[in-house]
Amino acid sequence: MPLALIAALPFLGALFPALMARAGRNTCAGVTGAFTALALLGLLLHAPAVLAGHEIVQRITWVPQIGLNANFFLDGLGFLFALLILGIGLLIILYARFYLDPKDSMGEFYTYLLLFQGAMVGIVLSDNVLLLLVFWELTSLSSFLLIGFWKHLAEGRQGARMALAVTGMGGLAMIAGMLILGHIAGSYDISEILKHRTEIQASPLFLPAMLLILTGAFAKSAQFPFHFWLPHAMAAPTPVSAYLHSATMVKAGLFLMARLWPIFAGRPEWFYIVSTVGLLTMVMAAKIALFKDDLKALLAYSTVSHLGLITFLLGLGTKAAAVAAVFHIINHAIFKAALFMTAGIVDHETHTRDAKRLGGLMTLMPITFTIATIAGLAMAGIPPFNGFISKEMMLEAAAHTYWLGNPWILGVVATLGALFSVAYSLRYIAHVFLGPARDDYPAKPHDPGFGLWASPGILAALVIAIGLFPMAMAGWIVTAAASAVTGTAVHPELALWHGISPALWMSVIAVSGGALLVALHAPLERLWLATPKPEAKRIFDALMRAATGAARGVTEGLHNGAISRYLTIFSVTCILAGAYAYFSGTVSAGTRALTPLEPVPLIAWFALVAATAAVVMYHHNRLLSLVLVGIIGLMVSIAFVYLSAPDLALTQISVEVVTVMLLLLALNFLPKTTPKESSSPRKWRDGIIAIAGGLGVGGLIYALMMRNFAFQTISAYQMAHAKPDAGGENVVNVIIVDFRGYDTFGEITVLGIAAIAIYALTDALLRGPANARLRGWVPDLKRAGDRHPLMLVVATRVMMPIAVLVGIFIYLRGHNDPGGGFVAGLVIAIALLMQYMASGFAWAHLRQRFNYQALIGLGVLAAAFTGIGAFFNGRPFLTSDFGHFYIPYLGHFELATAMGFDLGVFLTVVGAVMLALASLSLIARRAGETVNRAPMSIDPREDAAEASPEARPENAPGTDVAPDGDGPPPAPEVR
Amino acid sequence: MELLVASAVGMMTAAGIYLFLRLRTFPVILGLALLSYAVNLFLFATGRLIVGAPAILSLHLKEYTDPLPQALVLTAIVISFGMTALVVILSLGAYLETGNDRIDMHEPLDAPQVDATTATPSDGPEHHPAGPEEQS
Repeated sequence: MPLALIAALPFLGALFPALMARAGRNTCAGVTGAFTALALLGLLLHAPAVLAGHEIVQRITWVPQIGLNANFFLDGLGFLFALLILGIGLLIILYARFYLDPKDSMGEFYTYLLLFQGAMVGIVLSDNVLLLLVFWELTSLSSFLLIGFWKHLAEGRQGARMALAVTGMGGLAMIAGMLILGHIAGSYDISEILKHRTEIQASPLFLPAMLLILTGAFAKSAQFPFHFWLPHAMAAPTPVSAYLHSATMVKAGLFLMARLWPIFAGRPEWFYIVSTVGLLTMVMAAKIALFKDDLKALLAYSTVSHLGLITFLLGLGTKAAAVAAVFHIINHAIFKAALFMTAGIVDHETHTRDAKRLGGLMTLMPITFTIATIAGLAMAGIPPFNGFISKEMMLEAAAHTYWLGNPWILGVVATLGALFSVAYSLRYIAHVFLGPARDDYPAKPHDPGFGLWASPGILAALVIAIGLFPMAMAGWIVTAAASAVTGTAVHPELALWHGISPALWMSVIAVSGGALLVALHAPLERLWLATPKPEAKRIFDALMRAATGAARGVTEGLHNGAISRYLTIFSVTCILAGAYAYFSGTVSAGTRALTPLEPVPLIAWFALVAATAAVVMYHHNRLLSLVLVGIIGLMVSIAFVYLSAPDLALTQISVEVVTVMLLLLALNFLPKTTPKESSSPRKWRDGIIAIAGGLGVGGLIYALMMRNFAFQTISAYQMAHAKPDAGGENVVNVIIVDFRGYDTFGEITVLGIAAIAIYALTDALLRGPANARLRGWVPDLKRAGDRHPLMLVVATRVMMPIAVLVGIFIYLRGHNDPGGGFVAGLVIAIALLMQYMASGFAWAHLRQRFNYQALIGLGVLAAAFTGIGAFFNGRPFLTSDFGHFYIPYLGHFELATAMGFDLGVFLTVVGAVMLALASLSLIARRAGETVNRAPMSIDPREDAAEASPEARPENAPGTDVAPDGDGPPPAPEVR
Repeated sequence: MELLVASAVGMMTAAGIYLFLRLRTFPVILGLALLSYAVNLFLFATGRLIVGAPAILSLHLKEYTDPLPQALVLTAIVISFGMTALVVILSLGAYLETGNDRIDMHEPLDAPQVDATTATPSDGPEHHPAGPEEQS
């Protein structure tokens, strides 16, 4: 099975549990387990090759420009970890099936579990460090979901946040370290990086890279001073703890240290930092574990302690220590998973995890007791269980290592750690299971069903089997993994009996001392409680509060709800950035000659400048300023005409028409004047900002226009290929519908979304408080005597077909002459709007048979289908084709598929413009605007028919009647 | 000619900035409209100014204007219409809901809130702009 597929299987599987949750708990767990089992099978198929010392490699090019490739490789180390992740994962899935309460969402749980599993498998199979980092962050995120699975528990949420914050920040440090490493080695592939040991060690960046990577690894593996998150993560459901804290999450840091061992090991920095931190963590956490009453907290600190042990071994940098580290990784995963599961069983059956409330469960829960004792003695390092062998190897390594020239200090401290380890392990057994049975358990304890104890049972069997037959059971995989870690072939001898060695004596001291500590637990605990201890969570919380406080302070300083403030800050920042660039660079004179000046543009310029100045001066009069803005838009259109941009001119002028109409409609409901409320200093301040911005932008464009292009523009290509490749002579249009069709496709989609958002906003508006305000609306402007003048109605009726014809003409000629879908859409929209203006919106609307939303959707779909059509020619999306056709009586025609695309543009523009204006007029309708019964204010037919003498007000509010047209009648107004 | 375009762009930018720093919605909308003119003209001018040589292939012209900025500006004009329309509706909605058209949130609302009891969700729009068949 390809390695990528092994890593992908859990992710694929994550799609199913939620779907299967309704099919029952067994089906849900079965599907989850099937994907894990399949991935495990795929892994095992590679076993013969990997154990023979081969590396399996799979390379998928992803983003080669930045060295990011989906490269996977599998060697002994990766194989060992993948085996633990998938194997123990399978047992956890089984255990969780029986552990989870029916109230818990099982589908959600298994989805998170599989996501996490996939991320972990991804880490251990990645060959590319960037890919590894992606998976690394994924484990942080998915473990956040798992730890916080019980969302109703405050500790669960806090623990999840803390785990995410600590491991996430460590991950950031590691990204930096990995990038440095990749930079030194010249490749981001781990297999390449490992080959550059000497270059990396010689580099001045060696130490920063190592420290950053170690920060990430220590944070993930809960080493001092990042150890505090792990006990808080115990708020998770027990299957999660058993999985994350035995075989997976916390082992990721160890995996990374083992993976990079060949380039770091042997350096004194590595030795002193890693082994010291490891040893310190081991002793400190073991001591704390002894005094924890919560079984899971005890196991959590014991995990931290054992992780410290393995870190210590990796830090020593010798082959024997590496072998011991690998072996202890296996042993710890097995016995710790079993122990967590037994703690979960005790919690499940007795409803408490407090050692003070337990004891005497041996006779009540014999199966659980047996499993817990086997695993607990393995953790204590007592023969003949697996933990004994690797612990002996650790003590042996510690006894033979000098620390700052001191031959015995490591041995003493390691023995002390082992002693505490024996003590808390024995306490776990003694205080939970031994002693007299009590009668005050919160629930009546009894052994669980087979489903719940099967998984820890299997693990306990492994504990014994590895302990008795280490070479047969684990020798092969330890050899493969240790060879992969050290980069050379190692042949470890794993045996229960090593003869009388210093390590044996250290073990004897540890076991007897540990037993003594358990016996003296009660007085020691009083001493422990009396000594003050720094509370890591309080420190962490204080740091987080300070960080969030600072972040909130900055955010609220910048964004306090006043838009004018944001805009001021934004403008000033832009101006300062521009000024900095200008004053820190050099300016040379322009090289282009000025284009000669002619009188017509000069006149337009005067009009524009005058109108702009007038807008600023008279902006309190809103109607006037709107007219002036219209003049400015007109002058801009004229500039486009003059400066060889006919397409732009057409678009600008038609957009101008619809924009002014839109603003007029809106102004109907807004105050007609802007009050003078800015203080004088404020006006001066804004004026200075405005002038600085204007000078900057004007100066920049002037400088730009006076210089030639720094590079050859790509327009030359477009000019050359427009006709032969896209069949169009109007290059601007060809760019829009062909060369940059993707862009245009996005833009019409955005336009459609904007229009639909406007419609939705209006709809929401009319359901809210605005509705009441509109119902009581009193127009603040006098209405015109004839709102629908006869002349206008007649003129627009005559204009309508002509305007539509012009629109179609503009659309058809667009590919070769100025025009195209955008302009044509706007022209048609204006043609429709003229009808609406002449006879009133509602009157015209009733006579119109198409739906604007549908028009927008149709437009986007037409553009998309035209683009997809290219697939049938085996070309990429939006590749256009064209051909020449002969139509009888009309002659030769050139048709391009781009026409279909342009049709999409056209439809979307018509739909969007009309929908925006229609939404606004909906508001007008609510404010008392009515459907007039006749198309114009004076209807001759009506006058002839109704010769009644009493003058009836024309189209007075409230006289909604069915129009005499063919449209359906309007719904009655609900008052 | 370049001077005229540059000064026009500068003028419109300055006016746009000044207006969008005002405290009411309508001048802000006008300011944004002016700023879009300025930006569109700016982008267009990056293709350099050429008179009488539109990018329409013909036998008579040796040199053409740069079509690429024009294509970009063309779509930008249409998009800015969409944006303006959205902002107009937003400001209109804010005015109708709160009774004032200030743009800053921290200022006290000077108009009384509409009584929520008079406006119920059932007061939906009777006439959708979507077309006659949408009507109930």
